[in-house]
Amino acid sequence: MLSNFGRYLILMYRVFSRPERFRVYFRETVREIENLGLNSIGIVIIISIFIGAVITLQTRYNLESSWIPLYLIGLTARDTILLEFSSTMVGLILAGKVGSNIASEIGHMRITEQIDALEMMGINSASYLILPKIIAAIFFNPFLTIISMVVGIFGGWVAAVVTGALSSADYIYGIQYWFVPFYITYALVKTVFYAFIITSVSAYYGYHVQGGALEVGRASTKGVVYSSILILLCDVILTQLMLA
Amino acid sequence: MIVVEDISKSFGSETVLKNISVTFEKGKTNLIIGRSGSGKTVLMKSVVGLHEVDSGAIYFDGRDFVKMGTRQRQELRKEMGMLFQGSALFDSLTVEENVIFPLQMFSDMTEDEKIERVNFCLERVHLENANKLYPGELSGGMKKRVAIARAIVQNPKYLFCDEPNSGLDPKTAIVIDNLISEITHEFDITTIVNTHDMNSVMEIGEKVVFIYEGIKCWEGTKDEILTSDNNYLNDFVFASNLAKRIRDIQAGSQQ
Repeated sequence: MLSNFGRYLILMYRVFSRPERFRVYFRETVREIENLGLNSIGIVIIISIFIGAVITLQTRYNLESSWIPLYLIGLTARDTILLEFSSTMVGLILAGKVGSNIASEIGHMRITEQIDALEMMGINSASYLILPKIIAAIFFNPFLTIISMVVGIFGGWVAAVVTGALSSADYIYGIQYWFVPFYITYALVKTVFYAFIITSVSAYYGYHVQGGALEVGRASTKGVVYSSILILLCDVILTQLMLA
Repeated sequence: MIVVEDISKSFGSETVLKNISVTFEKGKTNLIIGRSGSGKTVLMKSVVGLHEVDSGAIYFDGRDFVKMGTRQRQELRKEMGMLFQGSALFDSLTVEENVIFPLQMFSDMTEDEKIERVNFCLERVHLENANKLYPGELSGGMKKRVAIARAIVQNPKYLFCDEPNSGLDPKTAIVIDNLISEITHEFDITTIVNTHDMNSVMEIGEKVVFIYEGIKCWEGTKDEILTSDNNYLNDFVFASNLAKRIRDIQAGSQQ
């Protein structure tokens, strides 16, 4: 465990060394924004719309009381989506999608000697392969979170109106009621930390693969599992620091 | 010229290289031969720094590679080209993008000059019309030739080839061997080829180093191989029936 952490720190030191040529790194970062960010919009939209709908319906089901105003369902759905779902749940989903992609891509490059080829050209392979991914994720994941927030709340509205769980007016009043803008800041700060965890941890496991296809698969699994655990740990720490 | 002095390398408790000293000469194709698992690849990867040696020194034209820091090594590696066993081409890039890659990172040439250089290198390896193809669309021999083009695109002083003929048919293997030999002489570079293919040895081996269980067991020229009395070398060289028959015929003609 400690040796893994040490190797991770050494890798990060290499990743954040001065790039050989900024123009090439910029081009790679743009490519990674498309690969890791734009290509994740679809899954984020699909999951957010359904989870937003389910949160609304479950809240309605659990608040069957004439003492509780219906607009509170909208408020609950909004706060659940802003505080936890759009940052942490989407972070966990991206750990699966993006994390496995990064670990298997870099792991494949390791076992096919492509990383050695980069080193032989005099290129800092750790920085060239990992830094653009980290920057791309830190830059773009907040947009994914915002998309998830908007779509999730919209999904809740659709569910409310279609099922008749509550009226459109109640839901819209609820999502505007007692709105705390800091919740969005809190979610976006968490997203930035999660983006770093997902990309760097998955890249670490991919970069240190030894063996063949089986080991690449294992590295991919480890990348996803450890990223997810660290995301949840980070969630607890940041929540305590920012909301307590 | 590359001088290797007394290097050793272990992985855990297993010692793979034991006090190897050898000089790889400039303008020649220097071959490292030996059985699978004898330590050839570890020796080559240790020389280029992909493995850290436990002890010993490696000099590239007098520059001590082992004592260099990361930045200095990166600078020196710009003078090296390497052909990997599996070619190690970047899957997501076309042939042209693969070959131009080192230039994009380090060269101050204009785009037109870079393209011109890439075309020259691809023509040099007889791959004129493959610029826009992806590695997945190439045969094994073509991949090797692209890898050679990429290795020479920065005008290296040192060329390393790890099992250049693995997975190739004998005819294509000869083409690759001759290409390596021609490039070595044309650009007057120090070339090290790692192989267990005796055809390659007899085709291009100007200096041959035989590694047996991590020890340098013999060195000489390709002609001296056939007359050597080193038992380990003879076991390796004359392992095939074809080689035995050639030896017998040669012995017969001398009598």
